[in-house]
Amino acid sequence: MTMTMTPAGQDHSHDHDHDHDHSAIEAEDTSNSDTALLADALRLVLIEKGIFTAADVQAQLDLMETRSDRNGARLVARAWQDPAFKAALLEDGAKAALDAGFDMKGTPLVVLENTDAVHNVVVCTLCSCYPVTLLGPSPEWYKSKAYRGRVVRDPRSVLDEFGTSIGADREVRVHDSTADMRYMILPKRPAGTDDLSEAALADIVTRNGLIGVAEV
Amino acid sequence: MTAVQFGVGDRVTVRDLTAETGLSGHMRAPVYCRGHSGEVERLCGVFGNPETLAYGGDGSPPQPLYRVRFRQAEVWPDYVGPAADTIEIEIYQHWLKAATP
Amino acid sequence: MTETKAYHDVGGDDFGPVPMIDGEYQLWEKRVDAMMRLLSSPDVALMRVDELRRGIETLGEAAYNAEPYYGKWARSLAKIMVEKGVLTQDELEARIAALRAERGLAE
Repeated sequence: MTMTMTPAGQDHSHDHDHDHDHSAIEAEDTSNSDTALLADALRLVLIEKGIFTAADVQAQLDLMETRSDRNGARLVARAWQDPAFKAALLEDGAKAALDAGFDMKGTPLVVLENTDAVHNVVVCTLCSCYPVTLLGPSPEWYKSKAYRGRVVRDPRSVLDEFGTSIGADREVRVHDSTADMRYMILPKRPAGTDDLSEAALADIVTRNGLIGVAEV
Repeated sequence: MTAVQFGVGDRVTVRDLTAETGLSGHMRAPVYCRGHSGEVERLCGVFGNPETLAYGGDGSPPQPLYRVRFRQAEVWPDYVGPAADTIEIEIYQHWLKAATP
Repeated sequence: MTETKAYHDVGGDDFGPVPMIDGEYQLWEKRVDAMMRLLSSPDVALMRVDELRRGIETLGEAAYNAEPYYGKWARSLAKIMVEKGVLTQDELEARIAALRAERGLAE
């Protein structure tokens, strides 16, 4: 398996139908590393002790597949189309998400609206908290010390690395997810999208837009 | 439950509890914001204290949790962006005190 | 702050350009995620996310920097499960040795 360096600013949706090699994060197969052996041994001993079953583990793996940034993108598209839903999403993100069919399981969600005045971007400097239910697993770069260290201190240069340039007349507001809240950006709706269906609108929302390192 | 002490718009300063009390171990107030002052943007709610939850405790008494907004120029002396840029951080009440005017 | 801050508390530190790495996790890594969700579920209630974090924060700086993301989780989970007496270090090591043998790996 090969490691992919995603060019700055590029993102891809997980929901596409062309043949695509989802490259791996590590440069090689680490299934037999010391840590993988530890992880597998732990899992197997816990199963033997009846803490959970192999079927339970598989069920979790199946659930993992349902968590993707297409969920967040759908919420954004609906908010763009429906002012009442948008208001509900900004008022109580987890409740609005639940009403739309996405259960945050009691985790509070703050949805941050990008406007002409403010561009928002999210980080967790202490670990890598992330709204997995709505965005899928966090990208490796989000977890990196480089991102976590610098985006709080020099967000504009980090955004530049993603190909995103925010004018000096707009406030850049960084959100450090240090405690119990999780965050998702509601990007600004791009111009010229008035005629698009909700599904087509969802397609233009990228995961990077939902984190705030891209404008949409 | 610990009483809610601060309201939206209140100016607060992040205490350095390690310097004040020797607090160590699992802490969710990052070092970079300690000693800095900002404004309460909202009360997020009341949650179990992660500092004791992390060691098998039950997190009681639950602590009010706030989002505090800081001007980046106040947090970083060498901040290069516009003066309007801000950073918002979730901070538990016991890390906060009223800012002295 | 006069003393060295914890190695995970990196806000404000400069580690160079963001490594633009993205991709999919391997099966063992996904299984670690599954394990944590099961252990922290209300029915099982053997792990809290705060404990997972504390475990990661006490792995030591070398491990923190060297281990992949889910590797940190695995080591933290193992440490805390042993700490709580759910299994012993010996049981874990015996199983690791058995896996090595099954997979034809050197000891």
